[in-house]
Amino acid sequence: MATADIHITEGGHDHDHDHHGNFWTTYVFSTDHKMIAKQYLLTGIFWALIGGTLSVIFRLQLGFPDADISWLEPLLGKWITEQGKLDPEFYLALVTMHGTIMVFFVLTAGLSGTFSNFLIPLQIGARDMASGFMNMLSYWAFFLSSVVMFISLFIETGPASGGWVIYPPLSALPQAVSGSGLGMTLWLVAMALFIVSQLLGGVNYIATVINMRTHGMSFSKLPLTIWAFFLTAVIGLLSFPVLLSAALLLIFDRSFGTSFYLSDIYIGGEALPNQGGSPVLFQHLFWFLGHPEVYIVLLPALGITSEVVATNSRKPIFGYKAMVGSMLFIAILSFVVWAHHMFVSGMNPFLGSVFMLLTLIIAVPSAVKVFNYLTTLWRGNLRFTPAMLFAIGLVSFFISGGLTGIFLGNSAIDIQLHDTYFVVAHFHLVMGSASFFGMMCGIYHWFPKMFGRMMDNRLGYIHFWLTFAGVYMVFFPMHYIGIAGYPRRYYSFTNFDTLNSFSDLNMFVSIAAIITFSAQVIFIFNFFHSIWRGRKATANPWESNTLEWTTPVVPGHGNWPGEIPKVYRWPYDYSKPGSKEDFIPQHIPFSMTPESNLPHENEMIKLEKEEGVNVVVVDDRKGH
Amino acid sequence: MSTTTQTIDGPKRSIWDGGQSPFKASYGKLMMWFFLLSDAFTFSALLITYGMVRSAHKAYPGDMADFTFSNEYWPVPEKVFNAVPFLHGYDLPLVFVGIMTFILIMSSVTMVLGVEAGHRMDRKAVEKWMLWTIIGGLVFLGCQAWEWTHYIVGTDSGTAMKFLVNGSWVEKTIFGANLSVNQYGPTDFADFFFFITGFHGTHVFSGVVLNFLIYYNTIKGVYDKRGSYEMVEKVGLYWHFVDLVWVFVFTFFYLV
Repeated sequence: MATADIHITEGGHDHDHDHHGNFWTTYVFSTDHKMIAKQYLLTGIFWALIGGTLSVIFRLQLGFPDADISWLEPLLGKWITEQGKLDPEFYLALVTMHGTIMVFFVLTAGLSGTFSNFLIPLQIGARDMASGFMNMLSYWAFFLSSVVMFISLFIETGPASGGWVIYPPLSALPQAVSGSGLGMTLWLVAMALFIVSQLLGGVNYIATVINMRTHGMSFSKLPLTIWAFFLTAVIGLLSFPVLLSAALLLIFDRSFGTSFYLSDIYIGGEALPNQGGSPVLFQHLFWFLGHPEVYIVLLPALGITSEVVATNSRKPIFGYKAMVGSMLFIAILSFVVWAHHMFVSGMNPFLGSVFMLLTLIIAVPSAVKVFNYLTTLWRGNLRFTPAMLFAIGLVSFFISGGLTGIFLGNSAIDIQLHDTYFVVAHFHLVMGSASFFGMMCGIYHWFPKMFGRMMDNRLGYIHFWLTFAGVYMVFFPMHYIGIAGYPRRYYSFTNFDTLNSFSDLNMFVSIAAIITFSAQVIFIFNFFHSIWRGRKATANPWESNTLEWTTPVVPGHGNWPGEIPKVYRWPYDYSKPGSKEDFIPQHIPFSMTPESNLPHENEMIKLEKEEGVNVVVVDDRKGH
Repeated sequence: MSTTTQTIDGPKRSIWDGGQSPFKASYGKLMMWFFLLSDAFTFSALLITYGMVRSAHKAYPGDMADFTFSNEYWPVPEKVFNAVPFLHGYDLPLVFVGIMTFILIMSSVTMVLGVEAGHRMDRKAVEKWMLWTIIGGLVFLGCQAWEWTHYIVGTDSGTAMKFLVNGSWVEKTIFGANLSVNQYGPTDFADFFFFITGFHGTHVFSGVVLNFLIYYNTIKGVYDKRGSYEMVEKVGLYWHFVDLVWVFVFTFFYLV
């Protein structure tokens, strides 16, 4: 151990002085994980605003199908028809791009990109990511991908419009819909870059968590956030390459005349030469990524929630090992349930029942997590910070959206509900809104560490309540609309006699969506105003245990000015009986807390002493 | 937590307790391993896709001696890949691809020797073995280029095939193959052949580029200065992986 200690000390000494760079190296081509995290965050917020705007536009169409929206012409140009209506093909593009942007650019890159980057080194006690350079490349690949996707919004034939799942043959044939022309090509290019970014980031996160934990930070002492980011990175690393394969084959079908996904297609009465491929094949490949992607989006949010709920309940997280175990279980199961998205694709019903069984099993670890959150909250000294409210909101969405998952996981019921608004309601609650709340929770909670200032609580509360109520007002009625048989992705329902009973409900949903989206302006104001004008933060404003709160108010390059703290205990020693304070941070040795130690923790003191001797040796050498 | 910690943390220290690498491997090597894991999924997806499409096609029903090319059924690979340069007209099933495979595997062997020389910090030996590895990779790529060319040009007599064009059957004689037409069998056979061997070839090519960079750095004495030839090891991992993938491609495409 002695040699390792010396090594760490010397490593720390190298970083004692601050690195000063110019504007470009500090803010743009930075290799510092905290700056890269902020870049991800700002890009994510930008995309969230775009994605939200798109949804408001198509909600206008769905809620007010007869309204004249020619006043949107300055924004949408010729996508508004001469009758003052939204162009039907552009409606499809809006839905597609809303899905793509929200799933990949906001909730994958914006959420896990931000918080994995920011928290992994800070919470495991590392100076930076394993490879800062690759980390930078990861962001810039994402940035390039964003630029390409952004450009695709403005091209003449419109962005991709085959749905965010881009099923061929619709997405493979430019004749099928105008968005399957250049828009689809740009979509594929952007996603290829996005996958590169994910892989670069993912190997970095994994290598960092495995190799760069500080002394004492065993996997059983990792904060649940890090467990979540770690498993998310593993899932991404194994599922995104399959999307890459699927996308490459699709690119060949589109541009080079192959028939991987195409067979027996007639367009305008003429047969296409493509023979022998299978479009269902694409669905399998896509959902092999697509389902794990749900957990790539959700797990970081759950990890953040675990941390915030425990801190603000002033209680240890209930069932730490069960939390880790259920995340592991979810991660494994996420790879064997993909075909539940394809119950109506004509698969063998027996195969369907296998996937149904596996899907329903996911309810078990999910329920374990929910009950652990509730039991952590139970009789805690709750501190209702905005972050805490968003964490509780996540739990609420996870429950109400998760319940409908049990309906949809049943292949027999899914045949009725497939591709209706019931599905839309389900995944927007359980995955979309829950993850979005996880992201908000993380921003409110770690804002002081990111920018050294506090966000305004009052605005935070207003933002929370408007968003929380708004999300339920938007997505709860959709269950009824879905059960009534309204299919998703339809431009208009006015032409169907069976589907005009819920026009009023659709109008309600649209109004709620506009209010909810407008409420985000409060957040945007709060966020940017607080960066410069917020109340100055202290080093540990939430009295939290994890290592990032042992850094200076705004950690510099290398995170800790002196030595990296060592870790002696798990991160959830809140309200420990006998302790003076109601929290004991991870770097406090058991020898300093004899009043609150449990019997086996007193034994740990011996080990601490062994190390202590070595530390003295190291200090002696430094003194010379 | 009170009871659980005893079993997890015990009174002893573990290699997983932080402050060191639990696998005794640098982060760079770990990253390479995880990248390869990820890349393995890319290739698995492609090979499974190939298997699915192939199983959706009819197999050749008749006697092997009477085999002819047709777009009615999936071809027998031994009949497709039976040409060897300078031996025009001979039926030499899988001989040429066997040679290619042997060359690639030998280049893996020279890579191992290069890595081993790196452990000994023997610059001259690393240079020698890296050069052999590069040559092996280039020869493999050259062979692949010849095989592709032969496949694209086709046989002397071509294959007469029937196509359904707008409701009526049209007979055409097809020479060779490209991405939308294939004299050896269904179009998908050619599509997958070009795509998967091409994707693998791209990997080999980037491997050769990486090997060359390592070779160049070795000559320049970069690793001597750094005091470690670990870079050779990392690129070696990639090279072995590319070889391993070829073994699978070879198995699924040429043997099965």
